[in-house]
Amino acid sequence: MSEAPAAQRTASADRAGSIDLLLRQPEPRAGWRVLPARVIALCAVELQKLRHDRTELYTRAVQPALWLLIFGQTFTHIRAIPTGGIPYIDYLAPGIIAQSAMFIAIFYGIQIIWERDAGVLNKLLVTPTPRSALITGKAFAAGLKSVVQALVVIVIAAALGVALTWNPLRLLGVLVVVILGSAFFSCLSMTIAGIVLSRDRLMGFGQAITMPLFFASNALYPVSVMPGWLQAVSKVNPLSYEVDALRGLLLGTPSHLGPDFAVLAGAAVLGVAAASALLGRLAR
Amino acid sequence: MSGDTETAAPAVDCTGLAYAFGETNAVDGLDLTVAEGEVFGLLGPNGAGKTTAIRCITTLLPVPPGMVRVFGRDTARERMAVRRLLGYVPQQLSADASLTGRENVTLFARVFDVPRRERAERVAQALAAVGLADAADRMAGTFSGGMIRRLELAQALVSAPRLLILDEPTIGLDPIARTGVWEHIDAVRAATGMTVLVTTHYMDEADQHCDRVALMHRGRVHALGTPGDLTRGLGERRRAAGATGAPPTLEDVFREVAGSGLDDTSGDFRDVRSTRRTANRVG
Ligand SMILES: Nc1ncnc2c1ncn2[C@@H]1O[C@H](COP(=O)(O)OP(=O)(O)O)[C@@H](O)[C@H]1O
Ligand SMILES: [Mg+2]
Repeated sequence: MSEAPAAQRTASADRAGSIDLLLRQPEPRAGWRVLPARVIALCAVELQKLRHDRTELYTRAVQPALWLLIFGQTFTHIRAIPTGGIPYIDYLAPGIIAQSAMFIAIFYGIQIIWERDAGVLNKLLVTPTPRSALITGKAFAAGLKSVVQALVVIVIAAALGVALTWNPLRLLGVLVVVILGSAFFSCLSMTIAGIVLSRDRLMGFGQAITMPLFFASNALYPVSVMPGWLQAVSKVNPLSYEVDALRGLLLGTPSHLGPDFAVLAGAAVLGVAAASALLGRLAR
Repeated sequence: MSGDTETAAPAVDCTGLAYAFGETNAVDGLDLTVAEGEVFGLLGPNGAGKTTAIRCITTLLPVPPGMVRVFGRDTARERMAVRRLLGYVPQQLSADASLTGRENVTLFARVFDVPRRERAERVAQALAAVGLADAADRMAGTFSGGMIRRLELAQALVSAPRLLILDEPTIGLDPIARTGVWEHIDAVRAATGMTVLVTTHYMDEADQHCDRVALMHRGRVHALGTPGDLTRGLGERRRAAGATGAPPTLEDVFREVAGSGLDDTSGDFRDVRSTRRTANRVG
């Protein structure tokens, strides 16, 4: 190790350097500004990580591309699923966007347990950051990452000939829907993390809930072709509302944008509350 | 930040601090006062309860009101106010490997409300203070163990804490990196005058760098004083009993106050595992 001489040299050199700012405590922000400031701080970290390592962005694009390419094109030919007159691949694209966003968000529970084990979470919990602000920040970071992923899937879909809207207002709506949906699913996964407390158990849970959530939604087929019990599950599944809104916004098909936004926003708020309440268990 | 009660209050004041994990009384009636401006060492073998005590003081573990005060503020009642006074470096190497050194420190500047106009400069000063100015834009994942510890020190310093809490800052480091870390702790303390509460199970480090130490064993403090007073006291007792030989070390003092329990409580599996994990990440 060549650290000792280097450390000595810099230590003595730095003592001459100015540290005036390190003697003054920063002024606390006004109460209502803490939450947005923490959300921005955690989103900035997410963007920095994405900039340093884009491989995840690419590897995560493979699965949605395969769904659209194979499943989408095959079922477009078979015409087995009633889509209300549009090609099946068009019908499928919003479902796949929602799916890939959900897969990203579900990972946040595993990440928060990893951060607990590594001491990163503890350190953040000893800053003037209320637990709900920490969770909200993580939820929005998940949303941000999902939005980046959604843009990739939108480009893939457009390249495969899906007739998507390019209306900026509608695309803005898509951003909001994806952020709200990912906020909910990341909080769901962080809530489960707060219950099971270990990464191995959470991995099991993650796998046990993501595929059922996906299949018990309108991502692949309309609710009308489902058996009654599955329709009931789909009705309480936020993913269905996310897909419905995305279809309405991206394809202009009939949808229920008002209720969709209300359900997604409500689910996100509930998710933040539940995950924040359980965060203390992870810190113990 | 003024008022007579607050300036007079000690940096840390624990009275009868107790915390149990199920059946394990990790901290069991700890009385401790850390004066403003001193470097205070909390010493003890693995499993003594040092980390648990630290986690109570840092508001990570919930304790009833009246047990712990930081600069006069109750950790149960004034959580946020207490956190603003603290810089905390946990036992694990906890820098984010997928961010650069500078980004790691900037995150903590942000969450302590450092305004944007002075953020970059403050971060640069914190990195320079620990000798990482040149490595600041490398990924933290490429840092050596000693560099990560110094980076964590910068993360803690960027908010100008009045109390710096370091949990085993040199665990798992090689002797040379240990010296490097302590050099920066000493330099920062000399330059800022901040209070430092540090835990360690290396008695020689405490002897060299701490103004006062508390010897902790099975959740309680068994001896308290300056390292010099403690070793001198034992030397005198030994001479009075007619013994001769080398002057006693802090470790000898510990053996005396802890009795025979010291060797067989060198940590259960949990401690061994977390120590190993830290050692592994250090590489
Ligand atoms: N999260 C935890 N759950 C259960 N037991 C714990 C936990 N943390 C610490 N302990 C137990 O509490 C005791 C004190 O641990 P700790 O405070 O980590 O000691 P030290 O830091 O002095 O090595 C040990 O017996 C340890 O096994
Ligand atoms: Mg410990």
